[in-house]
Amino acid sequence: METFLQQIINGLVQGSVYALVALGYTMVYGILGLINFAHGEVVMVGAMLVISSLTAMLSWGVPLLLALPISVVLAMAGCMALGYSIERIAYRPLRHAPRLAPLITAIGVSILLQNLAMMIWGREYHAFPQLIVSQPHHIGGAIINDIQIIIIIMALAIMAGLMLLVHRTRLGRAMRAVAENQHAAQLMGVDVNRVISVTFMLGSALAAIAGLMVSANYGLAHYYMGFLLGLKAFTAAVLGGIGNLRGAMLGGLLLGLIESLGAGYIGDLTGGFMGSQYQDVFAFFVLIAVLVFRPSGLLGEQLAERA
Amino acid sequence: MNAPLLELAHIGKQFGGLNALSEVSLHIKRGEIYGLIGPNGAGKTTLFNVITGLYRADAGEFRFAGLRYHHPQPHRLAQAGIARTFQNIRLFANLTALENVMIGRHIRTRSGVFGALLRDAATRAEERACAERARELLRYVGITRPAQTLAKHLSYGEQRRLEIARALATEPLLLALDEPAAGMNATETESLKMLLQDIRATGITVLLIEHDVKLIMGLCDRVAVLDYGRKIAEGVPDEVRGDPAVIAAYLGNDDE
Amino acid sequence: MKSGRFTKKNGLFVLQLGAVLLLPFITDALLGRGWVRIVDFAMLYIMLALGLNIVVGYAGLLDLGYIAFFAVGAYCFALTGSPHLALAFPQLFPAGLHLSFWQVVPLSALLAGGFGVLLGAPTLRLRGDYLAIVTLGFGEIIRIFLNNLNAPINLTNGPQGISLIDPIAVAGVSLNAGEEILGITFPSVHLYFYLFLAFTALVIFVSHRLEKSRIGRAWMAIREDEIAATAMGINTRNLKLLAFAMGAMFGGVSGTLFAGFQGFVSPESFSLMESVMVLCMVVLGGMGNIRGVILGGVLLALLPEILRHGIVPLQQALFGRTVIDPEGLRMLLFGTALIAVMLYRPAGLWPSRVRRSELEADEPESTI
Repeated sequence: METFLQQIINGLVQGSVYALVALGYTMVYGILGLINFAHGEVVMVGAMLVISSLTAMLSWGVPLLLALPISVVLAMAGCMALGYSIERIAYRPLRHAPRLAPLITAIGVSILLQNLAMMIWGREYHAFPQLIVSQPHHIGGAIINDIQIIIIIMALAIMAGLMLLVHRTRLGRAMRAVAENQHAAQLMGVDVNRVISVTFMLGSALAAIAGLMVSANYGLAHYYMGFLLGLKAFTAAVLGGIGNLRGAMLGGLLLGLIESLGAGYIGDLTGGFMGSQYQDVFAFFVLIAVLVFRPSGLLGEQLAERA
Repeated sequence: MNAPLLELAHIGKQFGGLNALSEVSLHIKRGEIYGLIGPNGAGKTTLFNVITGLYRADAGEFRFAGLRYHHPQPHRLAQAGIARTFQNIRLFANLTALENVMIGRHIRTRSGVFGALLRDAATRAEERACAERARELLRYVGITRPAQTLAKHLSYGEQRRLEIARALATEPLLLALDEPAAGMNATETESLKMLLQDIRATGITVLLIEHDVKLIMGLCDRVAVLDYGRKIAEGVPDEVRGDPAVIAAYLGNDDE
Repeated sequence: MKSGRFTKKNGLFVLQLGAVLLLPFITDALLGRGWVRIVDFAMLYIMLALGLNIVVGYAGLLDLGYIAFFAVGAYCFALTGSPHLALAFPQLFPAGLHLSFWQVVPLSALLAGGFGVLLGAPTLRLRGDYLAIVTLGFGEIIRIFLNNLNAPINLTNGPQGISLIDPIAVAGVSLNAGEEILGITFPSVHLYFYLFLAFTALVIFVSHRLEKSRIGRAWMAIREDEIAATAMGINTRNLKLLAFAMGAMFGGVSGTLFAGFQGFVSPESFSLMESVMVLCMVVLGGMGNIRGVILGGVLLALLPEILRHGIVPLQQALFGRTVIDPEGLRMLLFGTALIAVMLYRPAGLWPSRVRRSELEADEPESTI
């Protein structure tokens, strides 16, 4: 029972991160119909920027309460600039090209970012600075620490904010209009290019926060961390129904739970044949299962190719 | 032989709660040229896509050449004998004109992987016949440029004709054309008209969606008029032209 | 005039063939034995690139985990052609299975093709992007399995990999020992070169025949416009599966060659970066164009060596140390190349066959 509760907690924390990253995939997909392969790398860059700026400022003696918000804002700004440039350079010129073309440039961007990051930050793991003495809390035998609580609350708050933005503001309305029908939106006076840029920046800002969360939770960041995280977050987006914001959140949390429960119990399930080293495999099987049985995802509509 | 080639009964199609088509019934007889007209947004293209299998109808019955189909897939219908062109030309742009038409022959030829690898006598013969037929069709629709020209380098009018040649290559019973005269000038439209009459004379049934009412009226044996997803009139062109509902639909549209 | 051109063309072909046949000896003499080995690896990459070209270039399906099929073929030979099975199943195979290379080739082709179908089937009904993601995932997953399937039954020997794979033998002659034929000594790497050359020629032949066939045309139709292709009656799902399976089979056979050549396989040879590299070869050279893909394969297979021998000393001379390691630089170049080619030269470096034949065809007929 304790393990069960513990796995639920771990799953919710991990799932919150997936949800934030999945939102980035789903927003871009909803508007452009494109899988932004480079999104995982944006998360990685966000994590690296937070760690670097935070470490630097702390070593200069900047107080934590000042240093943390500054470094988060820095990372968000950096990621937004990055997201904006990715779209302008690699995707926009190919908007009317065959499908394959933007997919290939997306892969190119992803590799480029990964290796640039490796050159800047090296191959080693970067430790997240110890910010607070994270108090462990005991809930029915399971442990949750302060950082994990903050992650869950923050993720929920951000998601609520995003829903307000999309459903209650002019910008949100423009985004939904472009997602529905780009051409019609343009005729109605929506600046489609601007909306697309903003969407990329918004997704990248979320990615930066996700980068902060994941590196704070594990205490580590690495130039290769974006790849698997991106793959899983994409799976979460598909699970929820790609293009659907609530779907991305639901899919993220669900995938986090599936993964941590799976990793916790796979040993028992397979009679010891497989252990928790197979944790990363679950997301993949979830992806395949969703594609086979419900390709539109839990909350998505039919995914027909547009005629 | 008197049974209609295509029979639609009570076809309905919704898009997100919006009735794009409701209760549309019609039949197309063998050997006729059948026109489908209507104001913008009347559901012509939706109906066309249902007929060619690209959309699934939500309701209704679909019969073609005496067989009933439930949710037919486009490639099955093509095999059954429905070939189509597209309103916004969809050629295989980076392939040659000849290859485009040869791809139309795909379902009427057989050779598979082993044929391709071994290139045995049967495969070579089939390939030769296929290319020969494709060249014939290119000439037939009036493309005089070299067959090796890439589809994307053909002129607009030639691309429209190439689409027709590609569709004819599938040996259709029903040739469905989505606004074939769109963007053509008067001379081009006139020669298209002759081509379609020619095609019909070979026994192929033609279904035509068109904006150019003059072309439709001068060419079609029968015409159906759609408005707001419903069929509001059907009959020989002269009847339809005088139908008050049709006049109202078009005038109402002009008001906007 | 015509016959003159004919013999000239023939002469050129003989010259090219001769150059290719002498390549290991020329390389050996000019650059050393180590480079012959590099050339051998380049041939393996060309085979892989041609296999991926069927999937990406002809059918327009983006496969980002292609190296996984290479891994399937390699491990297939590693398991059946080494003493390793004795560790996993001592009762069943006390000395290992030791199938010969020629028995394993069809086996790994089938196995890799089967994996291809399994992987493609759920995704090919959906939009192309899903295939890209699923193959990307598969590429990683297969590595996780290879790394971890050493317990409780030691199937893959984990990260250490499997060694002592039997050498490939042709007509009873092991390619691992040098051989003297007609007074000329052929070292092992030379012998492997000729084996790989034969397989590459076969792959080129198959690719070429497929390209100019009913099947090839249908693939290209799907690549150009899937909806128009279905409207023409093409069963896109089956044809995509066929392309996917064929590509996977080529990958599997290349993997078997790789395992025999190295005598050793381990999971780290099958990383995502390898998939990306093969994709780069196809894209850079020109998707769907056999010559272009070969060119891409040669360029990119030699690139790391050139970087290693060129960039490192250059940096040493300039800065006194290695600022950028060649591995990182190589990946940086790959990423940039993928973006740049798609933006500025989507047809790749080598002008495509169609465009040239179009130019040729236009001239005589337009004068009529």
